[in-house]
Amino acid sequence: MTLETVETGALAAPPIRLAGARIGQVARAGLARYGLLLGFLLLWQLGSTFGWINPTVFPPLDRILVALWNGLASGALIDDIAISLQRSGLAFAAAVGLGIPLGLFMGQIPAMERALDPILQFFRQTSALALYPVFILLLGLGEASKVFVIFWATLFPILLATIGGVKEVDRKLVEMARTYGATRATIFRRVVLPASVPSIFVGLRLSATTALLLLIAAEMIGANRGLGFQVMNAQYNFQIPLMFAAIFLLAGLGLTANAVLVRLQRRLCRWSDAV
Amino acid sequence: MTTATTTVRRGEVTIRDLSKSFTLNGRRLDVLRGIHLDVASGEALAIVGPSGCGKTTLLRVLAGLEEPDRGEVMIDGAPVHGIGRQRAVIFQEPRLLPWLTVTQNVSFGLEVRGQDRASAAEKARHYIRLVGLAGFEDAYPRQLSGGMAQRVGIARALTVQPEILLLDEPLGALDAMTKLTMQEELARIWREEGVTMILVTHDLEEAIFLADRVLVMSKSGHPPRPIEIDVPRPRDRSAPSFVALRRRLMAEFGLH
Ligand SMILES: Nc1ncnc2c1ncn2[C@@H]1O[C@H](COP(=O)(O)OP(=O)(O)OP(=O)(O)O)[C@@H](O)[C@H]1O
Ligand SMILES: [Mg+2]
Repeated sequence: MTLETVETGALAAPPIRLAGARIGQVARAGLARYGLLLGFLLLWQLGSTFGWINPTVFPPLDRILVALWNGLASGALIDDIAISLQRSGLAFAAAVGLGIPLGLFMGQIPAMERALDPILQFFRQTSALALYPVFILLLGLGEASKVFVIFWATLFPILLATIGGVKEVDRKLVEMARTYGATRATIFRRVVLPASVPSIFVGLRLSATTALLLLIAAEMIGANRGLGFQVMNAQYNFQIPLMFAAIFLLAGLGLTANAVLVRLQRRLCRWSDAV
Repeated sequence: MTTATTTVRRGEVTIRDLSKSFTLNGRRLDVLRGIHLDVASGEALAIVGPSGCGKTTLLRVLAGLEEPDRGEVMIDGAPVHGIGRQRAVIFQEPRLLPWLTVTQNVSFGLEVRGQDRASAAEKARHYIRLVGLAGFEDAYPRQLSGGMAQRVGIARALTVQPEILLLDEPLGALDAMTKLTMQEELARIWREEGVTMILVTHDLEEAIFLADRVLVMSKSGHPPRPIEIDVPRPRDRSAPSFVALRRRLMAEFGLH
């Protein structure tokens, strides 16, 4: 009913006022959401220009943007982005490709889950960064050890979330399917799998965050290319605007990955009110 | 939609010397002891009894979800083991798949049994109308009320056109008003579909309203006694014969 009155009112109004009202609405919603962030950035810019904060540590945003632009235009940062994406992407894909099927399988077979859980917990509690030297010894200082350490850390969130999702499937729904004569395979495809999707997504988002975290750490320790390396390198060379440019790029990468996953989740989990 | 195939035995249930026990904390618990029961084709049988006397267990054995220790269940004269196509179960909770719409949920049983999606959906729509949910075909379970969700569960069971409908306190979770309407609907559906109905309930009035016979189970393991409900249908809850029967059943429970 409210919807109707709003709509007829809008139709009656002249188009210009309508557009104005709509822009106003969008602006207000945007301000409510991003106002604080904008204020923060503004404070940074002003504070740095007027010397309220140390401009050598926090250069004004325009200088950071210039450094970012130069880096992108010269292709240097593009190169770093590409190699970082490749490392984290490869590791993430491998972790997801192994973690989801393994988790689906393990979650269904309690005996196997019980047997593997202690060792999984042990591995999970052993920080991947602590194991990085081991991986370097095994795989050398090249790409393989970097991708592997990211993969290692990324595997556990998705694997454990998938196992949890499968284990928490409502037994009553499974029984319902059984009374209609559903086979194990049908129950898996039509009940267990869809019911696990929300927790699989929780795992995917955790894994994506972990992948970026480990990427930066791995690139800071033993790399000569990549965004994580660039952050350290720029700092050594006192190119502070470039350092911040790389940091912003990393933040952007994380935000993008999360946004993609959230959209995918909305798409696949429209039925659940959790999203 | 009474099916034309009026073979003599359709949905006839025979229970012979049925026993079932559970082990609970190392102790043996005899839940069902030597049950004999005949349910005629198209009959409506209600099962009542105190909590924990084994009503759900009996229904689960009939559904094929539990194997009896001893004795036999026969349907249309043939012994059955495990789950079968003649039977459909309606639980106390609707047990809908939350990621499927009403139509998809109602088609689920048929699809699982190998029917193609289009014809399953076609049939589903018929039963959605029958349970009074026309217009909600594309709703998701979280958008339905408790009574509506339970109707979807009932429609899903009817869509596979079972000979025997097994119901375990199907209206137990509903409020008093919705319950009354749903009882009327169940009576109508049972009449229109001509299925055998075995209904576990806590509600004596519901049992008398719906059933041809009421089976009273007890915890002591006495053989359960069926009581004839010879009240003409459609039944009026305030008719003297109805009230008299209710009094008699209450007396069976020791509630005067
Ligand atoms: N899987 C099981 N394992 C062990 N004991 C069980 C199991 N299922 C049921 N029982 C026991 O069997 C007895 C009968 O249970 P049942 O669920 O059949 O009772 P009920 O008559 O349906 O009760 P209510 O009216 O409360 O639903 C109970 O004492 C219960 O503890
Ligand atoms: Mg019960």
